[in-house]
Amino acid sequence: MWKNFRIALKGNRWKWYFEGLQTTLTISLGAILVGCVIGIIVALIKYTNKKYGKLKIARRICDVYITIFRGTPVYVQMLLMWLVILVSLSDMTIAILTFGINSGAYVAEIIRGGLESIDDGQLEAGSSLGLSKLQVLWHIVLPQAIRRALPPFCNEFIALIKETSIIGTIGVMDLTKVADNIIGRTREPFAPYIIVAVMYLVVVLILTFLLRLLEKKLSRSDK
Amino acid sequence: MEQQEKNTVLSVKNLHKYFGKLEVLKGVDIDIHKGDVVAVIGPSGCGKSTFLRCLNRLEEPTSGRIEFNGETVFKKERREWKAAWKALQAKKGTDEYDQTAVNEAKLAYQELRKKEKATEKSIQKNLDKHRQKIGMVFQQFNLFPHLTILQNITLAPVKLKLKSKEEAEQTAMDLLKRIGLEDKANVYPSTLSGGQKQRIAIVRALAMSPDVMLFDEPTSALDPEMVGEVLKVMTELANEGMTMVVVTHEMGFAKEVANRVIFMNEGVIKEENTPKEFFENPQDERLKDFLSKVLM
Ligand SMILES: Nc1ncnc2c1ncn2[C@@H]1O[C@H](COP(=O)(O)OP(=O)(O)OP(=O)(O)O)[C@@H](O)[C@H]1O
Ligand SMILES: [Mg+2]
Repeated sequence: MWKNFRIALKGNRWKWYFEGLQTTLTISLGAILVGCVIGIIVALIKYTNKKYGKLKIARRICDVYITIFRGTPVYVQMLLMWLVILVSLSDMTIAILTFGINSGAYVAEIIRGGLESIDDGQLEAGSSLGLSKLQVLWHIVLPQAIRRALPPFCNEFIALIKETSIIGTIGVMDLTKVADNIIGRTREPFAPYIIVAVMYLVVVLILTFLLRLLEKKLSRSDK
Repeated sequence: MEQQEKNTVLSVKNLHKYFGKLEVLKGVDIDIHKGDVVAVIGPSGCGKSTFLRCLNRLEEPTSGRIEFNGETVFKKERREWKAAWKALQAKKGTDEYDQTAVNEAKLAYQELRKKEKATEKSIQKNLDKHRQKIGMVFQQFNLFPHLTILQNITLAPVKLKLKSKEEAEQTAMDLLKRIGLEDKANVYPSTLSGGQKQRIAIVRALAMSPDVMLFDEPTSALDPEMVGEVLKVMTELANEGMTMVVVTHEMGFAKEVANRVIFMNEGVIKEENTPKEFFENPQDERLKDFLSKVLM
């Protein structure tokens, strides 16, 4: 069995895994950034509509967006992007956009949950001081909402890293694809997949640990 | 007369408020003058909070008129028109039914709506400005938990560009010193007691140098041993001449500090008097009943 691992890591091969991991993390980070921007905007539109009844059409569009991207498999979304919608872009960019737009729908719902959990008294206190609706939203509601949304948001990021393992299909050399590649040469699937699995696991465990620290810190400043 | 008009801070005329079909305010009229300390008392659910919250339009009134420092902050008089319309329609089928009057009423209604729309538009432009000068203190304090005490107090003056950050912090520290909480400037609200929170909330409103302060049961959420410290701050404010409207169950405060006491019931002001007359010589039956219960 150890021979299998030796072969799977032979020569320069061990470096490939780390290059693959780097690609996986780059795409995940890029995607979550895109997801954040979309998510915050969509969440603010839906929240503003609910609180003040404005932005009706924008909210409709947001609803459609969320329904479509949460209601269909991300694999299908990716193929559509790759083959139909974003054909001219590089594979990396397509991967980041696919997962960014997809996770934006989830992030939006997470942040909206955070926004709606803020007590009306906070808005009233802000308005009674003469702050405009936008100032109340920006300086009072959003900071608190983001704090509350942070733990589920981190969970979404962790899930996203694992979900990106399908991007080999469109030719991106991510961590999983590296394993496929090596197996193509060695004809031995066990060791490479175990190595890759352990690498995903280590990343997830590190992030989970950081998330716990964050949650502790947040609960301290809350109480 | 001239003098008095100048000194009217808040003027409320025929204020009505519906929640759906439920009429909570049924025509409230009151003028509040500079330096007045008005205590509002009344049974639970009679509309005290609703009345107070209509004054800065945290709650949207249905009809009537509110002026703050002589400027209109709310004006809708459709109700009067509706009453007249109903009276006209009631005569339908009889000889007295007056078609020209009905037509005139219809035209008047269109005029009214147009005027109301224009008024509302200009009010909305200045509403935030008016609110800067109407301080409000809530039963549940509503401090901003993600900001330190100092940031809580300076947020509005700085973001509204009324003061530089340094000036605002200086003012905040001066105010904190006055209530003996300057050592709390850099902690978060969650570390404070209820009484301290409410005193900070008062200071936060004061930092805007308001022309009037509205208090909605400021001591009702506090443990009994903390009520005194908050009332003390409010009493000092009153003595310094701050104009205040205070919804309260603290009869002691109403008696000792207020110069006018108001009894609200069933959505209207049932009785108003000086504290002495109000408590010693109540007229309204429901008020007598109410006082006998709370003053036992
Ligand atoms: N947002 C709302 N929607 C519907 N009904 C409401 C709303 N707010 C208040 N009410 C109703 O309006 C009435 C008056 O409420 P309000 O809070 O003004 O009373 P209050 O005099 O302040 O009573 P309390 O002493 O209990 O604070 C109550 O019957 C209440 O149920
Ligand atoms: Mg109330």
